Amino acid sequence: MSGLTLELLLLQIVTGVALGSVFVLLAIGLSLIFGMLTIVNFAHGAFYMVGAYMGVFLYGLTKNFWICLVLVPLAVGTIGLVVERFLVRPLYGRNIDDPLLLTFGLGYVFIESIRILFGLNGIPFSTPAGLRGAVDIGIGYFPLYRLFLIGATGMLVLGLWLFIEKTKFGLIIRAGARDPEILKVLGIDVSKIWLLVFGIGTGIAGLSGILAAPLQAVTPEMGIPVLAEAFVVTVVGGMGSLIGAVTAGLMVGIVVAMTSLFMPEMAKVSIFLLMALVLLVRPQGLFGRAGLMG
Amino acid sequence: MTNTRNSKRRSGMSRREILAAGAGGVALAGFTPSLFSIARAQAGAIKIGFPVPLTGPFGAEANDQVKAAEIAVKEFNDAGGFQGRLAELLVRDDKLNPGEAATRTLELIEKDKVNYVVGSLSAAVQLSINNVTKERGVIFNSISQSDAINEVKDWSKFTFHEALNPHMTAGAVGRYAFSKFGKKVVYLTADYAYGHEMVRGFESAGKLLGAQTLADIRHPIGANDYSAFLPRIQSLRPDVLCICNFGRDQVNAVKQATEFGLKEKIKIVAPVLLYTARVAGGPEIFEGVVGGTSYYWRLEDTVPTAKAFNDKFRAANGGAVPSDYGALGYAGVRSVLTAVKNAGTTDTAKVVDAMRSLKYDFYKGPQYYRGCDHQSVQSVLVIESKSKDMKDKNDVFSIVGVENPDEKNLRSCADLGHKA
Repeated sequence: MSGLTLELLLLQIVTGVALGSVFVLLAIGLSLIFGMLTIVNFAHGAFYMVGAYMGVFLYGLTKNFWICLVLVPLAVGTIGLVVERFLVRPLYGRNIDDPLLLTFGLGYVFIESIRILFGLNGIPFSTPAGLRGAVDIGIGYFPLYRLFLIGATGMLVLGLWLFIEKTKFGLIIRAGARDPEILKVLGIDVSKIWLLVFGIGTGIAGLSGILAAPLQAVTPEMGIPVLAEAFVVTVVGGMGSLIGAVTAGLMVGIVVAMTSLFMPEMAKVSIFLLMALVLLVRPQGLFGRAGLMG
Repeated sequence: MTNTRNSKRRSGMSRREILAAGAGGVALAGFTPSLFSIARAQAGAIKIGFPVPLTGPFGAEANDQVKAAEIAVKEFNDAGGFQGRLAELLVRDDKLNPGEAATRTLELIEKDKVNYVVGSLSAAVQLSINNVTKERGVIFNSISQSDAINEVKDWSKFTFHEALNPHMTAGAVGRYAFSKFGKKVVYLTADYAYGHEMVRGFESAGKLLGAQTLADIRHPIGANDYSAFLPRIQSLRPDVLCICNFGRDQVNAVKQATEFGLKEKIKIVAPVLLYTARVAGGPEIFEGVVGGTSYYWRLEDTVPTAKAFNDKFRAANGGAVPSDYGALGYAGVRSVLTAVKNAGTTDTAKVVDAMRSLKYDFYKGPQYYRGCDHQSVQSVLVIESKSKDMKDKNDVFSIVGVENPDEKNLRSCADLGHKA
């Protein structure tokens, strides 16, 4: 390839990290729910899309991106709570594909509802005022918003890690994932923990939606391709592993960026090749616990 | 009991099953329930089958095509139809899938006994519909862009092409952009027929102007992030970046190119600049982007038939204006119905002849179907997206150039493999 410079290569890696941040955001919500509840949430992409639409809607009312950034995950998380309490919970104890089918169908209900409410054509969402434009990062110009995205993802991951590893509540969540029965014997209501975890997971999906809204068109179907990518990241990282989701998300981002540079036609396929490769060498994923699913 | 419930949950499914289910889910994700209504056939009605991708990424355009086509049908029926026979539009969702489109078209012909087929919104899907109609000897008027459909390999005498084709569109835009903004060009192209044909159209127009292709970067169709292609484009320092993709791909690519600050030094050009994409993307994102189109509603300022069509569309759709592809639905159906009247019969062979000799001005100025390949010879508009001086919220483009109907802007009949 002609014109390949070190600057371009480095800029490409930064682009990959920014891309990876979106993957990380999506995968941690998915992975969290799977790791704790053993539910494969096929509505994850739809929650993400609902987050983006809710962001557009609330931005129209508040005119403040930062307020939306707080409100959207809370609102989408609340939808998640309702879904867990009334739809997912009755299915615990049944075969694992029951909740899978439920969430799969739920995804379509969300998409159709948004189509009815907001129309088939997408709606515009501009980058928030203070984060517009590109800045010189020493190796070239890079969009400020994408830098913000990398930072925001880092903060969220750190916060989530501290919450799960360092708080008493996190301890209960981790215990619940390992052995819910003992937890029950100790007098803790496991169903409440599952409820909360589902709420947090879907809330993060909603947050990724509003964070991604300035990057791409907000459309009813925006969650469909993203769901596939999120699954790839989760499987590569190891289902249920937070550090796995982060590592795999960044890895997938950089792989996409590099194939886009050298073999653009292969950009979409590359992540699936990566997944196949990882599964061949390490079937449980990079950081997954073997035998989690039986 | 939590214990038994939980252990059952954990042992229910193997990793492989999950992965298989996941893959199945991803495959199924492209499939959504169809919305069409099955109209009841009236005795003796002139039936027009109308397969378009109502669901999926081009749903907005497809629904607009239906609305516009319905106006052509209503007009025809309000004028008394043909010898007392009224026209009827049978809309089907082809889901943007060539296989689905072939099945629906076959059903329309075999089961619903349609007289003619008009529709499609994809380079690949229209070829699939054309395969069916050509075999059954049914007229098909395609309202979607394609170069291949006019080539002798795919074409038949039942094939008409109402839409522009990539050669005409990219040619007009290229002639405008390369002489105005510069000769060094990078293409960002969706990796399928539509994208490839557009690049070919740009390059053949560019050759005469001395334009130079620095790179043709092909991206997978339906990508939602283009950022990974942009640093390289920036480092190539072109004068013009041609984004040869469609629908949401176009919105995302333009949005991200704007975000990366590409517009400061590079003129962004799209072969087909879509009204719906511009509306979905917003004014700031598309500001200054130049592209081609078959129709823009502001044509009504200069063309009386455009005004008449827009008024009918506005009256039927709560003041909304027709989009480019939507308008094609109107012209596609109206030309077939006009040919029926001119022929004095619904007989296919006679209607084909009537369409061949049609000289029409339905909504954008004079048009006719070229003899050798039935391509509609028509004007191509070059438009630029604007964010200021908008008359109202629908006024999103300025018309910066018009290429009048001229066969010399088409690929020659010989190039397409036709004898005459």
